[in-house]
Amino acid sequence: MESKTVEFKVGPGSEMGVGGGGALSPLAPFDVSEPELDTEQMLINIGPQHPATHGVLRLVCELDGETVTRVTPHIGYLHSSFEKLGEYRTWNQIVPLTDRMDYLAPLIYNCAYVMSVEKLMGIEVTERCKVVRVILMELDRIFGHLLWLGTTAIDVGAFTPFLYSFQQREKIYSLHEALTGARITTSATRVGGMMADLPEGWLSQLNDFLDNFPKTLGEVHHLLTGNQIHIGRTQGIGVISADEAINFGFTGPNLRAAGVPYDVRKDRPYYDYETYDFEVPVGQHGDCYDRYLCRMEEMEQSVSLIRQAISRLPEGPINVEDSAVSLPSKTEAMSDMESMIHHFKLITDGIPAPAGDCYMPIEASKGELGMYVVAEEGDTKPVRWRVRPPSFVNLSVIPKLAEGHLVSDLIMINASLDIVLGEIDR
Amino acid sequence: MADEEKSDLDVVADGPLESAVARAPETLSSGDSASDHPSVNALLERFPGEVQRYQLTAGDQWVVWMAPERVHDVLTWLKEDDGHAYDMMSDVTGVDYGGGRPVEVVYQMFSTKHGRALRIRCPIPFSSMEIDSVYDLWRSVDWLEREVFDLFGITFNGHPDLRRILMPDDYAEGHPLRKDFPLRGRFSRAEQTRRALTQDVERFYSTEDLQSGEPQEVRGVEVSTVAEDASGDAPASTGQGGQL
Repeated sequence: MESKTVEFKVGPGSEMGVGGGGALSPLAPFDVSEPELDTEQMLINIGPQHPATHGVLRLVCELDGETVTRVTPHIGYLHSSFEKLGEYRTWNQIVPLTDRMDYLAPLIYNCAYVMSVEKLMGIEVTERCKVVRVILMELDRIFGHLLWLGTTAIDVGAFTPFLYSFQQREKIYSLHEALTGARITTSATRVGGMMADLPEGWLSQLNDFLDNFPKTLGEVHHLLTGNQIHIGRTQGIGVISADEAINFGFTGPNLRAAGVPYDVRKDRPYYDYETYDFEVPVGQHGDCYDRYLCRMEEMEQSVSLIRQAISRLPEGPINVEDSAVSLPSKTEAMSDMESMIHHFKLITDGIPAPAGDCYMPIEASKGELGMYVVAEEGDTKPVRWRVRPPSFVNLSVIPKLAEGHLVSDLIMINASLDIVLGEIDR
Repeated sequence: MADEEKSDLDVVADGPLESAVARAPETLSSGDSASDHPSVNALLERFPGEVQRYQLTAGDQWVVWMAPERVHDVLTWLKEDDGHAYDMMSDVTGVDYGGGRPVEVVYQMFSTKHGRALRIRCPIPFSSMEIDSVYDLWRSVDWLEREVFDLFGITFNGHPDLRRILMPDDYAEGHPLRKDFPLRGRFSRAEQTRRALTQDVERFYSTEDLQSGEPQEVRGVEVSTVAEDASGDAPASTGQGGQL
């Protein structure tokens, strides 16, 4: 398996570090010995309405002085019972529910859901559709990581990266809007294909973004990677070993930062990811800083992946040509009786599925996203639609990571996990 | 209103009803006499009494059905044995088919060593609605098992902190992902509103939190002692002083 160990030399080149070249010993100025002080046991509550919890997350912390001795996360404030709602909807009607889970990378969720349903039904999508979905998923990986980058930088006191990353996110919002008509609630996929093919000029708009984005990423690198304050706040914070990271269920960049080269795109490839040329960044220490580096590198890999996908994008239909799955074109439905009947039956009845179940894991921006669908013979609605949310499992590790750290480190650890509460609570 | 409520809660306590229609027993295997999945073959050899049936589904995914009684032993073996080494428990969830069929607990496992995935499904009989927790093997199941407990009402024996996770701690309408749970909820909209309006908004902390945090406990004790000594002049200020 290809993997790449992320290593950045922090040295004299980093102008932003306090004292420039001195950044090699990041903790020096903060490592002042303190007199013994009496501490007090305390119970404090963070959230659910707090900017540093990145959503409606509530953390009940037991403190000894300023040291966290135990933290208990409470979730469920955003519970919308999407999985229950899904049991009352036909296969295609569930697509709008999926992008409301991870609204920071909605297209990945759209794609993951229909991929699982297609696999259950044995539908092979067209080559063009596969490549388009790869482009969209990699684009939204950048989209999700950018939000993480901006908000996490704010949590440690750096405001500029937030503005830089949101400028770039705005361009992806425009791409979403041009493709789907919506900026966040994209609902772009359908079982057997896409809502629509790529609009005219979309690829050149995407190329513009790809040309400018690495420059911004370089600027953020310049601001944060060698920044002594950033290093002091992140290195050695929230450390987890490789074995523990697997056992605790970490996936995605969080797991790879701990030194485990597990990436669903490499280990359980889908959509011909094995034929793309990309590397999986792997960290060494499993701390917040390595998680930061892994995500930064992943964005660069995603840019390269999108470029490769654009270069191999084949012509041809985007939807499967099967009247039991794909809707006929509007013109046909309005002029041809047979097509109108197909259209009517597909909308009112839905697509019948075979009996069985299917678990389809993909690499989302936050980790392994598994869509599990269960159907009985001829069902047009799922018996069970389960989402294996990556942030849900990642967040459950926070009591272990935060133990023994300061309250301010707890904020950094929480930020470094890259959670989205819409998906945790569902 | 009260009677209606009571009957609703009885349904919650009783759990799903067994179907009156007898179901045909499931076949052991699905057409193929042998599987090409090494772990499925090994399970058939080692735990022949536990494996109820196995099946290839969705093209390339192997599923094994087994009785819940010895699931902990089987999963321990699958994790510890070098030939299988399923070190990653990706997901634990439940499936309720409705119509009186047993609720199933589904484990999705992956071995990073061998690059293999396996799915285990355990039908839970209505008489018990419980299964052994695998928390001691994979810590990743901590919240996943809590979620199945919350939404399906399956008890995981041995889980150290089995509380509701997505629904509120005091949720009284049952387990929402069961098929016998109506989409709107068990209570009427009026009853749901009444409960929302009359709930104690001071109840910020769960009982576990209160037990662990000393200041809150001390205040609770003080209120009662102050109430007993009715002669105390300034209870609030002395209370603060006594606490520190």
